[in-house]
Amino acid sequence: MTSLPATAPAKKLGLVIDLDVCVGCHACVISCKEWNTGGYGAALSDQDPYGAEVSGTFLNRVHSFEVIPEGGEIVGEAGEARIVHFPKSCLHCDDAPCVTVCPTGASYKRTEDGIVLVDEDMCIGCGLCAWACPYGAREMDLAAGVMKKCTLCVDRIYNETIQEIDRVPSCVRTCPANARHYGDLADPQSEVSLMVAARGGIDLMPEQGTRPVNKYLPPRPRQVLGAGSEQALLAENTDGATGFFAWLDGVLERI
Amino acid sequence: MKSKPRVELSRPVSDEVRKTTCYMCACRCGIDVHIKDGKIRYIEGNRDHPVNKGVLCAKGSAGIMQHYSPARLRAPLLRTGPRGSGEFKEISWEEALGIATDWLSEVRADDPKKLAFFTGRDQSQSLTGFWAQQFGTPNYAAHGGFCSVNMAAAGIMTIGGAFWEFGAPDWDRTRLFIMFGVAEDHDSNPLKMGIAKVKKNGARFVSVNPVRTGYSAVADNWIGIRPGTDGLLILAVVHELLKARKIDVDYLMRYSNAPWLVIDAPGTAEHGLFARDADGKPMVFETVTERVVPKGTAGARPALSGRYTLEDGRNVTPSFALLAEKYLDEKYAPEAVAAETGVAAETIRGLAAEIARTAFDEAIFIDQPWTDINGERHDGYVGRPVSFHAMRGLSAHSNGFQTARALHMLQVLIGAVDCPGGFRFEPPYPKPLEAHPTPHGRAEHFGSNKPLSGPHLGFPRGPEDLLVDAEGRPQRIDKAFSWDAPISAHGLMHMVIANAHAGDPYPIDVLFLYMANMAWNSSMNTAGVIRMLEDKDPVTGEYRIPKIIYSDAYASETVAYADLILPDTTYLERHDCISMLDRPISEPDAVQDAIRWPVVEPDRDVRGFQSVMLDLGARLKLPGFVDQRGNSIYKDYADYIVRHERRPGIGPLAGFRGTKGDRTGRGAINPDQLQRYIENGSFFSAHIPLEAQFFKHANKDYQDFAVRMGFFDTPQPVTFQLYSETLQKFRLSADGLREPFAPETHRQRIRDSFDPLPDWYRPFEEASVEGDKFPYHAITQRPAAMYHSWGSMNAWLRQIHTKNPLYVPGPICDEHGLKDGDWVHLISTHGRIKVEIARMEAVNSSTIWTWNAIGKRKGAWSLDTDVPEARKGFLMNHLIHELLPPKGDGLRWSNSDPVTGQAAWYDLRVRIEKAEAGETSEPRFPAMAEPGGKREHPEQLRYGQEWAK
Repeated sequence: MTSLPATAPAKKLGLVIDLDVCVGCHACVISCKEWNTGGYGAALSDQDPYGAEVSGTFLNRVHSFEVIPEGGEIVGEAGEARIVHFPKSCLHCDDAPCVTVCPTGASYKRTEDGIVLVDEDMCIGCGLCAWACPYGAREMDLAAGVMKKCTLCVDRIYNETIQEIDRVPSCVRTCPANARHYGDLADPQSEVSLMVAARGGIDLMPEQGTRPVNKYLPPRPRQVLGAGSEQALLAENTDGATGFFAWLDGVLERI
Repeated sequence: MKSKPRVELSRPVSDEVRKTTCYMCACRCGIDVHIKDGKIRYIEGNRDHPVNKGVLCAKGSAGIMQHYSPARLRAPLLRTGPRGSGEFKEISWEEALGIATDWLSEVRADDPKKLAFFTGRDQSQSLTGFWAQQFGTPNYAAHGGFCSVNMAAAGIMTIGGAFWEFGAPDWDRTRLFIMFGVAEDHDSNPLKMGIAKVKKNGARFVSVNPVRTGYSAVADNWIGIRPGTDGLLILAVVHELLKARKIDVDYLMRYSNAPWLVIDAPGTAEHGLFARDADGKPMVFETVTERVVPKGTAGARPALSGRYTLEDGRNVTPSFALLAEKYLDEKYAPEAVAAETGVAAETIRGLAAEIARTAFDEAIFIDQPWTDINGERHDGYVGRPVSFHAMRGLSAHSNGFQTARALHMLQVLIGAVDCPGGFRFEPPYPKPLEAHPTPHGRAEHFGSNKPLSGPHLGFPRGPEDLLVDAEGRPQRIDKAFSWDAPISAHGLMHMVIANAHAGDPYPIDVLFLYMANMAWNSSMNTAGVIRMLEDKDPVTGEYRIPKIIYSDAYASETVAYADLILPDTTYLERHDCISMLDRPISEPDAVQDAIRWPVVEPDRDVRGFQSVMLDLGARLKLPGFVDQRGNSIYKDYADYIVRHERRPGIGPLAGFRGTKGDRTGRGAINPDQLQRYIENGSFFSAHIPLEAQFFKHANKDYQDFAVRMGFFDTPQPVTFQLYSETLQKFRLSADGLREPFAPETHRQRIRDSFDPLPDWYRPFEEASVEGDKFPYHAITQRPAAMYHSWGSMNAWLRQIHTKNPLYVPGPICDEHGLKDGDWVHLISTHGRIKVEIARMEAVNSSTIWTWNAIGKRKGAWSLDTDVPEARKGFLMNHLIHELLPPKGDGLRWSNSDPVTGQAAWYDLRVRIEKAEAGETSEPRFPAMAEPGGKREHPEQLRYGQEWAK
């Protein structure tokens, strides 16, 4: 068994993912793959890449599903049915069960920033951590035989060889819809914390008691089309083209 | 427990960053390609680039796998087996270019129209078009005819520009953004960035689309419209706006042809045309002096309604009066169109109210004085913060041209074109119809061993500009600019193979294609097209399309059907220019263009297609490609990009011109131009002065700027053409009132579809098939992570979409007892497919759909023959015929828009029947061999493992 840091990390670095704008384009998924396959630890391998049983290791995936929410807006004949695109990667939990379950100490949470990492030299590929993670956020790399997971791009965010503005996770830098945000969630004044407060950011599956650092911003409430704009359609005159032309003449005189 | 210090936090990412332009789709984002140990380590968006500002989509990041794909062609190939077998031998470039030169020089001497040269998703049309013109064949176009020509042609004919490459919403200022018929594509990153901005600003985003995926999934309001009825929805909104007087009268009077007087003389050759003065200037009725004067007369206050009599006794009416009368008719009332569109009347009214309130109650004023083209000073820019974007969902219907016209009319009515918060033009647009060439390709335009007398593509001003012979017969192989499709400004690439096979209007000798998967997902009636390509003349034993040359970088399905393959490079190994002469990447505030350059060198015997075209041009001794002594002018495409001049001082690139590289737009050749682009991140950007940034169609400072930049030699202001005189001229021809007369066979069709005011009619296939036999629509959507067939062999992207289910709306599933994973037959008037389904609710209840171009032919793209793409993936194309069902008139009517020839992909009607469970989609095709021999397929990829620490 492995221990979590005895005291809470000074920082809680993590992601805030905005479900109001995620269009499910997978930009973050592939950017993550290309950064990390040449970065921290073993490459993210792909099995049978040009064959029938293609599969590979990804640290971040987008799940798309259809929901029929209660109290959603009703527009169009399909009513409230909508598609939700849900990006998912390691949530760097405060009470990370993947760490405490690790038999070798390979899985650990950093005291300085709360990032959960796997020391691949110590990982025996037993897979217990993946079983323990309620989010399914860890993937065993079949070629390397070690557990892979989101590192929050630990080899980018402190990397002094790249511009400061680029010291963010690859998925955040690439997201075209600006749906991914990175920062210190322990600091209540950080941009991400303020965003979580303003938008009612939520924990994923709080009942699991994992206390995830990453937060999700729910879709903004929708307003029915035209609600509050009804006045805009009140005509000056409604009797067909004749009335319209009379109005037009009046307008032209005022111009 | 202490943290472990063993993580290396500051490893250099790469040895070098090379900045170039992406080509994983048509967006043309800037990319930083990180090179490490001579390999690509990482590709990220270029933060300085004006298109993507640092972001990059899944396709762009997957460029690594595209670049190293085993499907890359390796050397020129000559077919050895029968067409379709995939059996080739590798040959040298010298041999390949020798064969091509022999074939082409024979055609050029004998009859140049026997070459059909069609390029697909070509970003070098200013070169390929120039080449084709110098060769002298009338048969050239790119892929616009099967893509979105309705959007482009309707936009140019109405407002002098269209969406995407012509303009963009004012993302920062818009308060209401309405998108029609866009799944998750063009233009992908700018749209995603824009939608995020709209939402962050608390503005509203409305998406009109039958399917609620991608962008529609995050829309504040989704209108799940019935396919092909968008035009009716738009006209109902126009009805409501007119009724509520929510139109910008001042804007209409100043910038549109609303006041222009239309002649009312039924039964004459001038009926419905504009009254013009002796100089051909349209006339308006001046209300103060009560006289008819030419448009633009200083101080004139033109009438927008009423009926007047000219001195010669002819009756006239301002075009706006016709417009208002037409759309105020109750047949456009929301209640009247609700059933047809599938959109509730209250939703339509809500949309109209939202537009009205935002345009007028949330109007913007920017305190920036400016001068209009009449010399009048304005205190500032008035903005109507309602913006629109639309693509193929509107345009890929047989009523798409008129629908796109309707959308542009709506924008003009509320005064929202090129204003703050509205849709804004991107240089070199706006560009009036008159500044576009007319098409060339009639018999007198070409001949043996000489160039075509002018550009192939353009805009006919009336029937007199058609490319038809004295009997009215088409002159081009695709029948573009004929009575079948008079304003087919981008050609009809989807008809080329079918027409060439049928020898209608004539047989050809060489079909030369670039970057278009015509033997698979880019053709309607794929199985039929394959048969046409394989078909031989029983007498001669020769293929009916005798010689096919194809250039592509990858082993697509089409490679197997060509006789000679000229292998292209990947996008990271080539020079390219994204040119102002072609399809630039300007933004509303800036003139922009870009290049690609070889950031990695090819490791195969391949050459960039454009350099090959220059080489072929020289071998064929085409004017413009060889000097007086017959020596080639350009060493390669890079040399051409720098040294070619279309007009003196105007070349493919606008930036860093002049001997010192300090001139923009116009300037002498700069031998260091490409180096300057590379140093600048492979793009160039010049800002438009503040006093020139809005109302470009009528802004004097912008017009002067455009002349300085070299877009035009004289100012070219645009008057928005709500009423189209060009369309009316075709109607007069159809009525037998104005010469040349339309053939009897085409008259009714032209009367029905060439209304000079935007109109809606039922799409042809729906109108022609019996509704109860084919009760549903079937359409495709583009996935965000793939672009057409490009990318579906990509080792990373194919893990996102390995197969495409047929998505069936819940109500249809319930009616037919279908559940997820069931197999069905989907049947159209033309064919049937057997596929696996998935149930879906967030979709129009009569619309069945699937993802575009994921299905693959067995053996193509260097994938194993048993991959899901080939077993379960499928194409909707099998159900769509390039011809409409026979009407009993003995004619072959193309399944296209009758105005522009745009392929009507989304007109498809189907029925569904439950089928026995299967293992493989149907129809099935035999596997093709890998061209040039089997490639090594790794069992496992560990890309970047050598850098692991």
